[in-house]
Amino acid sequence: MSKEKAKTEKKDEDVAWLDDHGRQFGHFIDNKWTIPENRKTYNTICPSTGEILASTVQGEKEDVDLAVSAARRAFESWSKASGHYRARILYSIARHVQKHMRLLSVIESLDNGKPIRESRDSDIPTVIRHLYHHAGWAQLMDMEMANWKPIGVVGAIVPWNFPLMLLTWKICPALAMGNTVVLKPATYTRLSALLFGEICAEAGLPPGVFNVVTGAGSVGSMLATHPDVDKVGFTGSTEVGQLLRRATAGTGKKLSLELGGKSPVIVFESADLDSAVEGVVDAIWFNQGQVCSAGSRLLLQESIYDDFVQRVKSRMSHLRLGHCLDKTIDMGAVVDESQLKSIEELVQSARLEGAQVYQMNAGIPKKGLYYPPTLITGVQTVSRVVVEEIFGPVVVVLPFRTAKEAIELGNNTKFGLAGSVWTENVSLGLEVALSLKAGSIWINCHNLFDAAAGFGGYRQSGYGRDGGKEGLYEYVRPRWEGRPAVHSSPVDFKKFGDTIPSRPTFENVDIAQLLIDGIMLPTIDRTYKMYYGGSQQRPDAPYSRPIVSPSGKVIGHVGEGNRKDIRNAVEAAHKAAPGWGKRASHNRAQIVLYLVENLELRRQEFIGRLILMTGCTEEVAKQEVDLSIQRLFHWGAYADKYGGTVQETTLYGATVKVHDPVGVIAIVCPDDHPLLAFVSLLAPAIVRANCIVIIPSQKHPLLALDLYQVFDTSDLPGGVINIVTGDQDHLTKYLTEHQDVQSVWYFGSAQGSAFVEYTSAENVKRTWVNYGQSRDWTKPDQGQGEEFLYHSIQVKNIWIPMGDIYAN
Amino acid sequence: MTTNVGRDFDESWLANVHINLPAIKRRAESLSGRRTVKKQWQAAWLLRITTCIDLTTLSGDDTPSNIQRLCCKAKHPIRYDLLADMKVAHLDVSCGAVCVYPNRVADCVKYLKSIGASNIPVASVATGFPAGQTPLQTRLDEIRFAVSQGAQEIDVVINRHYALTGNWKGLYDEVREMKIACGDAHLKTILATGELGSLVNVYKASMVCMMAGADFIKTSTGKETVNAILPVALVMVRAIREYFRRTGYKVGFKPAGGIRSAKDSLNWMILMKEELGDDWTKPDLFRIGASGLLLDIERQIFHFVTGRYAAVHELPMA
Repeated sequence: MSKEKAKTEKKDEDVAWLDDHGRQFGHFIDNKWTIPENRKTYNTICPSTGEILASTVQGEKEDVDLAVSAARRAFESWSKASGHYRARILYSIARHVQKHMRLLSVIESLDNGKPIRESRDSDIPTVIRHLYHHAGWAQLMDMEMANWKPIGVVGAIVPWNFPLMLLTWKICPALAMGNTVVLKPATYTRLSALLFGEICAEAGLPPGVFNVVTGAGSVGSMLATHPDVDKVGFTGSTEVGQLLRRATAGTGKKLSLELGGKSPVIVFESADLDSAVEGVVDAIWFNQGQVCSAGSRLLLQESIYDDFVQRVKSRMSHLRLGHCLDKTIDMGAVVDESQLKSIEELVQSARLEGAQVYQMNAGIPKKGLYYPPTLITGVQTVSRVVVEEIFGPVVVVLPFRTAKEAIELGNNTKFGLAGSVWTENVSLGLEVALSLKAGSIWINCHNLFDAAAGFGGYRQSGYGRDGGKEGLYEYVRPRWEGRPAVHSSPVDFKKFGDTIPSRPTFENVDIAQLLIDGIMLPTIDRTYKMYYGGSQQRPDAPYSRPIVSPSGKVIGHVGEGNRKDIRNAVEAAHKAAPGWGKRASHNRAQIVLYLVENLELRRQEFIGRLILMTGCTEEVAKQEVDLSIQRLFHWGAYADKYGGTVQETTLYGATVKVHDPVGVIAIVCPDDHPLLAFVSLLAPAIVRANCIVIIPSQKHPLLALDLYQVFDTSDLPGGVINIVTGDQDHLTKYLTEHQDVQSVWYFGSAQGSAFVEYTSAENVKRTWVNYGQSRDWTKPDQGQGEEFLYHSIQVKNIWIPMGDIYAN
Repeated sequence: MTTNVGRDFDESWLANVHINLPAIKRRAESLSGRRTVKKQWQAAWLLRITTCIDLTTLSGDDTPSNIQRLCCKAKHPIRYDLLADMKVAHLDVSCGAVCVYPNRVADCVKYLKSIGASNIPVASVATGFPAGQTPLQTRLDEIRFAVSQGAQEIDVVINRHYALTGNWKGLYDEVREMKIACGDAHLKTILATGELGSLVNVYKASMVCMMAGADFIKTSTGKETVNAILPVALVMVRAIREYFRRTGYKVGFKPAGGIRSAKDSLNWMILMKEELGDDWTKPDLFRIGASGLLLDIERQIFHFVTGRYAAVHELPMA
């Protein structure tokens, strides 16, 4: 068939836009084109042909400064404008994008190499949906996000695989919530961002609200570390995400990361197999497999393994590859030579391991950066191609026996971005979907996106969501909270918490006396232990730490925890997590309320203990105990009221947002309000089905240890709450470094906060730190606000298409 | 690997066997307190132990899917980047063997060949594993079947009835026939020590099996209520020492069942080194039968390389 010519889109008008600019582009700042002098340039090419499309600027620090200051100026008015005003502007942008849909699609395809069918039918419609959807959030911000406010200037850094779509995923929520944006598009694909800037200006977006600075990766770092940038929104590789986390550690900037993946496509024998084959096409050959949520691990039930592999191979024989503007291709060229090389290198590693590599080589254009659709069998969990993200049109196939094993295999990865489940059995599909640890699960479909459903990962696929109400929280901060002051004294991340500082010896020991039958006797010694796995535990190395009252008297000794205590406590928490998560929320609520019941029985004792430990007045102590009781009630109430919602996406069916627990959360408590802060942090975490390892106040830990007796009498399963005492810096170090801790909440020093954020990069764990600043735990907005819930859950969206009726 | 050709049954080797349990326990307990390895030495020991693991799956629901996974894991037991970080990628660390039921032997042989790992032997349990309560002829046929499928090592269970009733000659004769059925394949005899009643029986059963030509004596099937424990092992390795003294044949030792932590495996290695010497710390004379142990070893090596405790989901499942 040689209809290629006729099928190829005419590109005259589109080239006209490039020609209008003399095929030369600068930055787009303050609604103006800026071509600074003495800059290096970068030629952006079309991967289908290798032809140069235009020359663009390699930005430098002054350019970033210029853009950030424009955004800062614009923030003053944009953040104060009404939600309605911002809604009108976003709506106008949506309309203008629709008007320029054709131009945007073609520029996007030319610059990236993706099929015009995809940019036209998928990317740009999703862009428009995001703009409309977020115009709505701007309108509703006062109602729906009443306790939140904009952050400031957002630095957005996006990759080359969906250049325009992903930038709108950042700027829509940012703008809707009243922030302004400086965007750094990917090196390979800059044109659609620049065109979009022009379209925004045309649509009436005030100058400075959205700015584009082009350049190499270093420009991204400059932007992220710019002192006047308050938030960094990033989509891209896990490695760069980790760099950004380290670079911004301790600065008080908010950060959201949407990173890599190795998403499973799980096909059961109960699936419609031919439809599942088409699902594989959508999963791995959409956008040349250059999709962070690409279904790159095909897990097949053993009973259909051979049959299904054969079906996929035969389907591969009629995939068409070609020029991006050819309407009838299935796959275009990959974006750059270096990508082509890294794909081939990984595929070659599979060949060397003895895997069978099946490729569709017929009909591949001679010129251009094409990689054939590839299916690899005969590999297993240990293979590099199974472990690593390939980011190309390569799928690996593994067999499984049972649903349980499919889930185990699906979750046997450091990533957790997405996955799909193929079966006609609804009970099976839902159970597997809920058991997979990933942010988007599609049942009988793959790679569906919509503005109303947040997209983002678990584990090393990142944190934060793009889209949906869940995505808005990435672009706001609580109303009461200002941007934390930047702590300037440098932290030695290697040495932080490395050793336990030696302690002075206290001779002033306070041994309480009791009058019994007219004789004064010393009270019986009380030994405080740590508490994990549901029982009291001696420290691994039996050292003790004296606890001193305000008057300088030793009032008790607690265990001095070390890394092995942390290891044991984390293990205990993981052991408890599956069971705790499976309990009905009603049951979790009951346990928390039973805990309150038992706490109140010992109210007087806790009041006395607070006075002894902190030297506070009886009135203050009473207030703290009573508030703690109230707070437990508050979070007990939330046990069955925050499970998720149905998302109103464009899907015919149900898109269900599930609020999953984060996993094992490490909590480091502040010294102030030793009971109230402890309870305020512990309760939301456990009611939302997390298991925790909690480090009580270093100064006043005794109350927390008194509480474990309350836990023991309240039916709390062992391992849900685990308490380790000792030097907070030392314990924080090992908690943050633990790869199987999913989140760290840290309320200590500024240095400690910087350490936690820096160190969390290694496995991309979530963090919540106070940058050394205290909050008023007695106030509801600060001590029990919505942010506690935000940090206690992670969002999973399950897409469930429906339909069986087709006639009459 | 050398083969123990065995010798004629000699009842006098079973006379005057005396074992003091409290003394055995004390020795077993003090071994790990007196000896330990840390840091790079520990990592090296763990790698050595990895090469001594008979990576095992013995389940009713074993199918080609998980057998294939097991074989690949045996070939690449430790994540490639961890080995690279330790600069030992060139050592090609792989497990001592894969151990399966006779029906799965052919799958193993096929998969190991396809990934270029035919150097890893396939071990098959046989003889009515784990109870051994089937007719001798059936048990011998099972051995011959496994060997014909390509098994290079056969893990047989001994007849506990004979051991418990003191019919040592009967036991000798059976094991002798099993040895013949094995042909060139290595014979590992499982004593199922948890069911032998006394340590004296453990010693005698060890000695009888060695006389009959066992290349390895193995503690347990993993299905008894008490499996591999150090005091019992001490008795067995001392029998090995005695047999070596008398015959000059080195018989290997394989603890199996219940060894799940890297730390435990180090204690087993210390036992071998202290009681039998360095020759018995290598895969030709020392094996550990395990499935979960490897994961913990991989975690410890992860900790050694990165200084961090691993998340299980980051390590490829077996």
